[in-house]
Amino acid sequence: MSEIARARGLRRVVRATLGRAYPRIIGANRERSWLFYDTVLPLLGTIAFVYVYKALGAPDRFVGYVIMGGATMAFWMNVMWNMAAQFYWDKQGGNLELYMVLPCGIVPILLGMSIGGFVGTLVRAAAIIVIGSVLFHVTYAITQLPLFLLIFAVGIIALYGLGVTFASVFLMWGREAWHMAELFMEPVFLASGFYFPVRALGFWVGMGTSIIPLTLALDAMRQLLFPGSHPALLPVRAELGALVGLAVMFMLVARWSLRKMEYLARREGRLSLRF
Amino acid sequence: MNELAIETRDLVRTYRIRKSPTNPSGAPVVALDGVTLDIPRGEFFGLLGPNGAGKTTFIKVLVTLLLPTSGSAHVAGLDVVGQAQQVRERISMVSGGEHSGYGLLTVREQLWMFSQFYGLPTRPALARIDELLRIVGLYEERSRRVSALSTGMRQKMNMVRGLLPDPDILFLDEPTVGLDVEAARDVRAYIKEWIHANSRRTILLTTHYMHEAEELCDRVAIIHKGRIVACDTPAALRRRTAGGTYFVLTTEPLDGIAWVSGVPGVQRADARVTDGRTELRLQVADDGAIAGVVKALADRERRIFSLQKIEPSLEDVFVQIVGRRLEEADEGGRP
Repeated sequence: MSEIARARGLRRVVRATLGRAYPRIIGANRERSWLFYDTVLPLLGTIAFVYVYKALGAPDRFVGYVIMGGATMAFWMNVMWNMAAQFYWDKQGGNLELYMVLPCGIVPILLGMSIGGFVGTLVRAAAIIVIGSVLFHVTYAITQLPLFLLIFAVGIIALYGLGVTFASVFLMWGREAWHMAELFMEPVFLASGFYFPVRALGFWVGMGTSIIPLTLALDAMRQLLFPGSHPALLPVRAELGALVGLAVMFMLVARWSLRKMEYLARREGRLSLRF
Repeated sequence: MNELAIETRDLVRTYRIRKSPTNPSGAPVVALDGVTLDIPRGEFFGLLGPNGAGKTTFIKVLVTLLLPTSGSAHVAGLDVVGQAQQVRERISMVSGGEHSGYGLLTVREQLWMFSQFYGLPTRPALARIDELLRIVGLYEERSRRVSALSTGMRQKMNMVRGLLPDPDILFLDEPTVGLDVEAARDVRAYIKEWIHANSRRTILLTTHYMHEAEELCDRVAIIHKGRIVACDTPAALRRRTAGGTYFVLTTEPLDGIAWVSGVPGVQRADARVTDGRTELRLQVADDGAIAGVVKALADRERRIFSLQKIEPSLEDVFVQIVGRRLEEADEGGRP
């Protein structure tokens, strides 16, 4: 065995996770173009909806709905482009092969991708909320901050669990990852109620689209930010319970899909060879 | 402690592929066809063969990236199928033309990231990274972004990445492919030094550069169409070509060389055109036979620029065993 001192077990998992998170976090500082692409561009779409609501004479809280939706959208885009599609890029670049033979396994790599992506996106989402709120004088009346943070945290865990699942699924399907990512962009923007209360789609449609964790997380957070005036899909605590269920389900599915992907990779060689 | 670093028995690996113009029947491609090989601990072992011979597949099975279709493979005494995790604790892999990592990181950051995947504590990891970067001559570039590195620099960085965890067994899959002469020489010099510094270390190198295998390897196996067709020390392999004498002759351009084989005593002739001259590589029955070739060239009014008697090389062994030069075998290789 190697004579170099190495951590093993949980300590190695932590080191590997932080190691993989590092390029994600440092990348935000090195590639300043994200300020334009990830903050200004989503803000433009958000602003367009703000003016639609203003033109219709909708209540001020709708401006808040839209800005919240714009901020949450940053997480969805991060999950689709930098989680679900990431293994595809990693395969093209030769990283996937190296990751698959690491002694720490591939789970810390995915954890690092998630944590690094989350930290970077949190900054972007905060920038969207601050700029949008200042521009349009939106005020929030948050009454239960701990519950709000809990819903946000559980929603994010469920969302990144879905991202890990997609990372394996995209690769197993063998399609061009960006086509898959694009397939999930606009329909989800509509179905998850990024720009309007999802209840407007009808109760059962809203329930159906709740398979995407952001639908319930966004609805619950809007209820807490605009108490008494938000047309809720479900009560906040029921949405929190459902989010916990989704988080557990997606983590289990992610674990299964990772194992399946690894097995297929070794058996068929389709992830590491270009036959 | 198992004295064999690598042990394979009747190793077979096939790939299912879709029907295509090159494979109209859609029949499975046999990449490894019953490979049996023992590589003792501490050996620098070379696997030589043309593109598509099965070299990379062999490595991918051993590093646990691919499952064997049948047969068995053990690395450091551990089964690559049932004990993949333990195998991964002991190995490292570097491939030629590799573009791993992330371009926005600096060389030092990229290597630190990989060190974390192996659980190396940060301070000793950075010290080791700096030490290895100095050895491969990349220390001055440590703060340069990976995306700004030349191919040679990048490959040196990949070598450092492979050596960071101090593996027992290092797999090098054509590590000098695409490198300029100087960078390839530096890489070769370092890996030679690395393996000799500790008897625990083993290297399996795949290459299709004959001179690389001759320079580096304690033993060499020649793989062709998924089968090991010869395995021995480079010197012993060269002795297999006994019964002939080898000459390299440079002359003015020739239209064809079929007539050369008709010269009495000539056993084999190959030609390469370089810098507007034809280089003939001749295997003749005895020294005297070369006179017939010289006379035949004079009859064709071709000037001779040089004539040199040479030791047979691994390339000659390859030609003798496979029946074609390595470059010709490459052209006929599988995708």
